[in-house]
Amino acid sequence: MNSAASRVLGVLRSREMGILLAFLLVVVLGTLKNPSFVFSKDGWHDLLITPSILLVVAVGQAIVIITRNVDLSVGSMLGLTAYLAGTIFVKYPSIPWQLVFLIGLAFGGFLGLINGALVGYGKVPAMVITLGTLYAYRGINVAWTGSNRINADQIPQGLQAVGNNSILGIPILTIIALVILLVAAWYMRNMRSGREMYAIGSDPDAAELYGLAKRRRVITAFVVSGAMSGLAGVLYTARYATINSQAGYGFELDAIGAAVIGGVAIVGGSGTVVGAAIGAFLLYTINRALPVIGIPDFWQKAVVGALILGAIVLDRVLAVRQSRKLRETKVETTNETKEVAA
Amino acid sequence: MNSPQLQPVLQLTGVSKSFGSVVALRTADLALFGGSIHALVGENGAGKSTLVKIMAGLYHRDSGSMEIDGQVVNFRTTAEAKAAGIAVIYQEPTLFPDLSVTENVFMGRQPMGRFRRIDRAAMRAEVVRLLDGLGVRIDPDRPADGLSIADQQIIEIAKAISLDARVLIMDEPTAALSGIEVERLFAVARNLRDEGRALLFISHRFDEVFELCDTITVMRDGSYISTSPIATTSVPEIVRLMVGREVTELFPKTVVPIGEPVLEVSHLTRPGVFSDISLTVRSGEIVALAGLVGAGRSEVARAVFGVDPYTSGTVTVRGKRLSSHDTTAAMAAGIALVPEDRRKQGLVLDSTVSTNVTDAVRRTIDTFGLISKRQENSFAQSWARKLEVKTAALDSTAGTLSGGNQQKVVLAKWLASNPKVLIIDEPTRGIDVGTKSEVHRMMCELAGDGMAILMISSELPEVLGMADRVLVMHEGRLTADIPRDKATPETVMFAATHAGEEVA
Repeated sequence: MNSAASRVLGVLRSREMGILLAFLLVVVLGTLKNPSFVFSKDGWHDLLITPSILLVVAVGQAIVIITRNVDLSVGSMLGLTAYLAGTIFVKYPSIPWQLVFLIGLAFGGFLGLINGALVGYGKVPAMVITLGTLYAYRGINVAWTGSNRINADQIPQGLQAVGNNSILGIPILTIIALVILLVAAWYMRNMRSGREMYAIGSDPDAAELYGLAKRRRVITAFVVSGAMSGLAGVLYTARYATINSQAGYGFELDAIGAAVIGGVAIVGGSGTVVGAAIGAFLLYTINRALPVIGIPDFWQKAVVGALILGAIVLDRVLAVRQSRKLRETKVETTNETKEVAA
Repeated sequence: MNSPQLQPVLQLTGVSKSFGSVVALRTADLALFGGSIHALVGENGAGKSTLVKIMAGLYHRDSGSMEIDGQVVNFRTTAEAKAAGIAVIYQEPTLFPDLSVTENVFMGRQPMGRFRRIDRAAMRAEVVRLLDGLGVRIDPDRPADGLSIADQQIIEIAKAISLDARVLIMDEPTAALSGIEVERLFAVARNLRDEGRALLFISHRFDEVFELCDTITVMRDGSYISTSPIATTSVPEIVRLMVGREVTELFPKTVVPIGEPVLEVSHLTRPGVFSDISLTVRSGEIVALAGLVGAGRSEVARAVFGVDPYTSGTVTVRGKRLSSHDTTAAMAAGIALVPEDRRKQGLVLDSTVSTNVTDAVRRTIDTFGLISKRQENSFAQSWARKLEVKTAALDSTAGTLSGGNQQKVVLAKWLASNPKVLIIDEPTRGIDVGTKSEVHRMMCELAGDGMAILMISSELPEVLGMADRVLVMHEGRLTADIPRDKATPETVMFAATHAGEEVA
C-alpha cells in the first residue's frame, strides 16, 4: 500500500472520524424531522455559531488534559474576562473594540498563569487547584459585579457585528474559532513543545528521565487554556452583549465533556484538539436537535451523559482491542527473530 | 575490534554519596574505555545503582571527581549527562506508551525543518535506519504500548546511538529477558563495542558477564575493590572479592532446642514468579531466605501469607493446610508477616502508636464491636514496654518515629496476635546499628519461646549470624539449603548467582 492511500485509510479509521460521523448523523436526523434545522438562514447560522465559543474553550481544555491535568476554572475565567471587557467599554467608550481581543487574551492568560504556577510549583493535583480558582475567580466576579449588568447599548456595534454577522454564509465567530483550531492543531502536531506535552501526559516519570521541561510545558498549557477562556469571554461579549456575574457558569463541564467525547483521554497523552472541537459541535448540536426530533427537554442532560459514558466505553474497548493487536504483532516478530536466529 | 584506547572515556575517582546519615558510596573508582565492555558486579547494596545514577545525572556526588576525556564534568540534570554522551539503559525502560516508536526515539530533540516544524519524514527514515543497523524488526509507527521489555531496551539503545552516546550503561538489562532476547542484546552490544563505544554492563549472572565482558570491576559496601581483565580471573575469585569481608558485627545468636515442624511449604509454584518451592521451618528455628533482590523471596513470603495467590503446591501450619490467597486463614493459623516496606505495608503512618499495635488483634480486645481508647492504650502499653519502643506517648503518630522504633511497632502489632510462625522480610533494613542488634536479640528470644521464624534478608552478615539454616533462592527457585556450620559468604553467594545443581 502506498503511503498516501494508507494515510487516507488512517484518517478514515481515526477516532475523530467516528465523532464526525456521529455529528453528521445528528444533523441528518434533525434535518429529516425539520428541514429548517439546516436549510434555513437561521438554522445554518445557529448550527455553526452555537458551538463556536465552546470550541475555543475546549481547545485550551484539550491541551491541558493532554498533559494529564485538568482546568476546572475555564467558566470562571470566561465570565471574569467577559465582565472586564464590558466594564472597559463602559468606562472608556472610545477605546477601539479590536484592542479588547488582545486584553481578553492577556487577562485570561494571566489567570491561567496563576493556575499553571500553582500546579507546577505547588505539587498539588490540578483538579484541586483549579477547583479552588473556579470558586475564587467567580467570587471575585460576583464581588465586583454585584447585581450590576452590562447591556447591549454599552457594547460597541462593531464588536456586536463580529458576534452575529457572517462572511460568505459563515458566522465570523465560527471563522475565528476555526482559525484558532487550525493553529492549535498545527502546533500540537508539529512543534517540539506540542509533542512534549503529549509525552508528559503519557508518562510524567519518563518525561523526567528524558530531561523534558515538564513544569514549563504544564504552565504553558494552563496559560493557553486561560488565554482561550479569556478570548471566549470577549466572544461571549460580542455575541450576547449582556453580561452579569454568571456568564460562563458551568462551562467547564461542557468543555471537559467536549474534549472527552472527542477522544481526548482524561488520563492524558492521547487525543487531538480537532477531536475536542468536533466534540464541542456534537455536544451542542445534540442539545439543539433533541427538541426538534421530539425528545422532551428533561431527557437532554441524560442523553449528554449517555454520550460521555459511551465515549469512555468506546475508548476502553478500542484500547483493549489495540493492545491485544499489539501483543499479537509482538508474538509474530518474536517468531521471526527465532527463525533468523535458527 | 579496535584496540582499547589509553585514555578512559569516562573516569570516576573517589566518588562518594550519602543520603542523610546513610552512606551509599564511600570511594567508587571506575574507568571506562572505548571499544570495551566493562562489567560491574557487587552484592545488593554495594552501591552499583547509586553509581549509575550519578553517571546518569540523577544524583550529584558529594565528593570525588568525574571526568570525560580528561575534562571534569558536573551533571545537574539527566539532559546534561545525555548531551555529554552518556546513555543509560535501565532494567525496565520508561517509554511513552501513547507515542510511536519513532517519537520515543526522538522526543525532545526531533529534527526540525522550516518554521521549527518537526520533519516527520526525516525522523522516521532515521529510525528505520537505526533499527536496521541494529538488525531488529520493529514497526517505527506503532505505539510503544505493548512492546516487550527486550524491544523497549532496543529502542533505548537506538536512542542512545542516535544521540551518538559514547558511554552506554546497561543496568541489569538481561534480568527480564528470555534466552533468545539475551543473545540479540549481546550481539547488539558487541557491535557497539566494535564501533569504539564504551559499555558498562551490570549483572548478577556471572555466566553472562564472563561471556560478554572483557574487564570486571568489583564493588563492596560502597567501595571500589578491584578491577581486572576477565581473562585473568575466575568466578570463585570474583565471589570472594564480592563478599570478602569479615563478619565482625556481633549477633546475639543463642542456641535453642529445635522442635517439631511448624510451617511446611511444598512445591509452591506461581508461574513466572517462583516455582517448586519446598521448605520447612521448625519450632525454635530461624531459617534465613537469602538471595539477590528480585530472586522472588518476598513473593514467596507473600504467597505463604496469602496476599498473593499460587497455582500449585501446599502451605501447611502445624498439620493444617491453608487455602491459597486467604490472609484471614493464614492469620488464624498463626502466621504473622512483617513486610519489607514497613512504612507502606506494615504501618498506618497517620495513626497513633497504640492503634497500630492493636491493629491485628482488634477482634480480641473489643466489647460488642467497640474499642475504647483506654482498652487500646493499656493493651499497647504492655507491648511497647516489652519491646522498648522509644516514643514520647502512645498517641503520637507512627510516622514520627525513627525507623528502628517503627519496626518495633510493627513487630509488636504481630506479636500481640501471638503467632506461631513469624515471617520477617528485611528485618533491619534502614535501621541504625544499635537498634539492629535489639531487633536481632528480640528475634532470638522469640525463637527461644518456640516460635518458627522465616527471615528474608539481603545482608549476608545478618543471614550468617542469625540463621540456623540458610535457604538460597535464584531466579524463582531454591538453589541451596545450607546448615549453619556450612554457611559461609562464598557458599551463599555462589548459590545466589547460579542456577542450582547441588540441591536435591
